Amino acid sequence: MFGKIIGWIDDRIPMTRVWNMHIAQYPAPKNFNFWYFFGSLAMLVLVNQIVTGIWLTMNFVPSAEGAFASVEYIMRDVEYGWLLRYLHSTGASAFFIVVYLHMFRGMIYGSYQKPRELLWLFGMFIFLALMAEAFMGYLLPWGQMSFWGAQVIISLFGAIPVIGDDLTLWIRGDYVISGATLNRFFALHVIALPLVIVILVFLHIVALHEVGSNNPDGVEIKRKKGTVAEEDKSKFKFHEYYTNKKDIVDAIPFHPYYTVKDIVGVVGFLILFCWVVFFMPAMNGFFLEAPNFEAANPLKTPEHIFPVWYFTPFYAILRAIPNKLMGVVAMGASIVVLALLPWIDRGSVRSIRYRCGLHKLNIAQFVVTFVILGWVGATPQTDFKTLLSQITTVTYFMFFVLLFVYSKNEKTKPLPTRLTK
Amino acid sequence: MMKKLIIGLFALLPSLTMAAGPSVPLMDANIDLKDNASLQRGAKLFMNYCLGCHQMQYQRYERTFRDIGIPTEIGQEQLIFDGSKVGSHIKNAIDKDDAAKWFGAAPPDLTLVARVRGTDWIYTYLKSFYKDESRPFGVNNVVFPSVGMPHVLQELQGLPTPITEEVEEHGHTVTKVVGVETDGSGEMSVDEYDRAARDLTNFLAYVGEPSRLESEALGLKVIGFLVILFILAFMLKKEYWRDVH
Repeated sequence: MFGKIIGWIDDRIPMTRVWNMHIAQYPAPKNFNFWYFFGSLAMLVLVNQIVTGIWLTMNFVPSAEGAFASVEYIMRDVEYGWLLRYLHSTGASAFFIVVYLHMFRGMIYGSYQKPRELLWLFGMFIFLALMAEAFMGYLLPWGQMSFWGAQVIISLFGAIPVIGDDLTLWIRGDYVISGATLNRFFALHVIALPLVIVILVFLHIVALHEVGSNNPDGVEIKRKKGTVAEEDKSKFKFHEYYTNKKDIVDAIPFHPYYTVKDIVGVVGFLILFCWVVFFMPAMNGFFLEAPNFEAANPLKTPEHIFPVWYFTPFYAILRAIPNKLMGVVAMGASIVVLALLPWIDRGSVRSIRYRCGLHKLNIAQFVVTFVILGWVGATPQTDFKTLLSQITTVTYFMFFVLLFVYSKNEKTKPLPTRLTK
Repeated sequence: MMKKLIIGLFALLPSLTMAAGPSVPLMDANIDLKDNASLQRGAKLFMNYCLGCHQMQYQRYERTFRDIGIPTEIGQEQLIFDGSKVGSHIKNAIDKDDAAKWFGAAPPDLTLVARVRGTDWIYTYLKSFYKDESRPFGVNNVVFPSVGMPHVLQELQGLPTPITEEVEEHGHTVTKVVGVETDGSGEMSVDEYDRAARDLTNFLAYVGEPSRLESEALGLKVIGFLVILFILAFMLKKEYWRDVH
């Protein structure tokens, strides 16, 4: 009976074929480590944001007069409204944590290198869409930081010569941030950008499955047909879509091996996530900023205006440069260079495990730089911190310059012929 | 270069602790959201002394009574002074424009003040009013200089006098108020007033996030469940992965 139903469906849509091709008989390298949890976790958080977002929308009032009060209505009068709201607000920060770690994984194992350039680019577009999504979402509670943060960020577009002022007017829909801005941000936040993100995530996965996953060794598991001895081939059954073109070594089917492994990652993540949601949803002002518990007041500028933590590294780059236009350009460039990584890195060895000592040092300094920039961008400016942000802005871009230079004739370690454990 | 950076980082340390908050150190509010007696005393103080000017426009009486263990009828009788229905929001009849004229600024809504300012700040604020004849109401506040409101708890605390200190600031010697000292004219002793300030702070903390205790109780269950699920998931993974290794 069950088989009959499956057969009936399979005659009409390729359910079993897609399941096998992309899940049950999809070849994944057998040596994924800790860093490979964050892709599936990003999907989990995306689902969390969509589901909690739908329920929040049922009680949120997208107007300058009603927004702040409706959030407090959700927090107090809606059954489990506080839980929905905290899941959503913590989810926003969690999204950036897992995405930053996911991107870092790509950097240390060279997952952006040929033939995965497009996969990396789709990822960068997801990152951009995510930043826009988070920025617009942050305006919706209509608190002081929502209002003034948006004021600062939107005014950046005003630095663009000639069209700047008209552009900011067009984005705001008003001469100041107002209910008109709130309404359009609401529309973009709940419909337009989530659609864009979901489509980009789909493309990201399509691109991933076409080229296959990289792995911590950076050694291809798909070899030229006929180059692998029969006893070296993977003992598992993979879909002919993959085996017809290539010989596959050291791979295991995604399901059940990585599905059961990802469940461990998901539950481990949820323990930390729920700890924050239930016990410290404001995360000492990092996830929910204290001034945002005060309703937006266009006549009262807060003492300090900071974006939420996930924007602060880029915000610090913006503030490091005294000229506003150049600051905006530098901030934009800091994201564009990331997208260009596949072409900046001219090396052929992918994984940090087999690359030169300078590369390891360079990645380490990039991490330190990113953390310092994040901290400087999240705290009030002092002369010293301005200097520090200028130094780290230089070291941020220096990462890419150095990489471009040394990757051409890099002294690498010999690659293993097969994946190591 | 490196040396400069390290020296700079150390030079930064004091500014880090100073950067946030007012010029005087805050006192530890040390509140307990599970202490219903304290919350009830705090509610009584709020309704009697604060609600005249400050609203809690997002919070309802009934929910408040239920959460802090006050039977509805008793709450209705003893804590609702304007005849409001028990299901209504905690509001007053003050006109915003009038209030702005009287105090310089309309008294802010206090539903979320504990989340904006923090409980230590509120506790310190309540204990930091002092006599200052130069101000319209004859009082000032150490953590909120040039505060617009009078010391409404004066009948309880009395009117403290300022403790001043000469400090060097940018090469000038200035007199700064660093603390207050009670004048002993209030109905309450120092300890009683400390307790009253703590109770009021506790109540404001509760109203700032009424779901806090429910959240923590549910959180323990959720995390307990997840820990068990984690162990099972880990064993399941190990079982499956035996064919790989």
